[in-house]
Amino acid sequence: MDKYENEMWLTFQAKSCNEALARMAVAGFLTPLNPTLTELADAKTAVSEAVTNAIIHGYEEKEGLVELWCARTGKEVWFSVKDYGCGIEDIVTAMEPMYTTKPEEERSGMGFSFMEAFTDELLVESVPGEGTVVKMKKIIR
Amino acid sequence: MQAAEYEIREGWLLIRLCADLDHHSAMAVRETADRMLERSGVKNVLFDFSGIDFMDSSGIGVIMGRYRQVSFWGGRVGVTGASENIARIMNFSGLNKILSHYETVEDAVKETV
Repeated sequence: MDKYENEMWLTFQAKSCNEALARMAVAGFLTPLNPTLTELADAKTAVSEAVTNAIIHGYEEKEGLVELWCARTGKEVWFSVKDYGCGIEDIVTAMEPMYTTKPEEERSGMGFSFMEAFTDELLVESVPGEGTVVKMKKIIR
Repeated sequence: MQAAEYEIREGWLLIRLCADLDHHSAMAVRETADRMLERSGVKNVLFDFSGIDFMDSSGIGVIMGRYRQVSFWGGRVGVTGASENIARIMNFSGLNKILSHYETVEDAVKETV
């Protein structure tokens, strides 16, 4: 028996034009659950932040692949965004509100805050030099 | 697709967003807005969100960046046409407190700064 009722894998190049693609894929994946507009916006925002982090910080806007995975069982939905970039040395500091390593690029430092606020669970795993995976859970009520 | 349309009117740089304001479009908006601010000498910026329904923290960065810039000259940053989703993002970030809010573009333009 499958572990999940439905799963989706999407792999794309770490290019900023694919941020919208990731949001559209997530929105499409959630549609059968009849989410509210707010729930849909929450999921799109959280995934958009994770994908943006992978492109800007993981790969530092250089070449690479980003893997988006979505799964659902009942009303519970899981998302993960994985990169094979530089990784995060200090996850706790990176997740502090307003913390950014790129203020000159007008990064607001609110990416992880948004992911945390708009999902029900957030887990970040990273190995410096190997990459980062951001896992999120969202319950569609 | 163009990220935004730009117009100088009555001391304002109007930025009518046409695409989701994310990291991808933010880069283009930032570059064009700064170039137009420099050339025109206007000191106020108005973001018109009525054409879009998505913004993430990259959009917050763009608005904050323009705010820092025009505040230095005594200007202001206004917003209009924000959907519920976009208003929620601005509220969460605290941006709401430092921005001027207008019902319409005309309301902002007729206000003499």
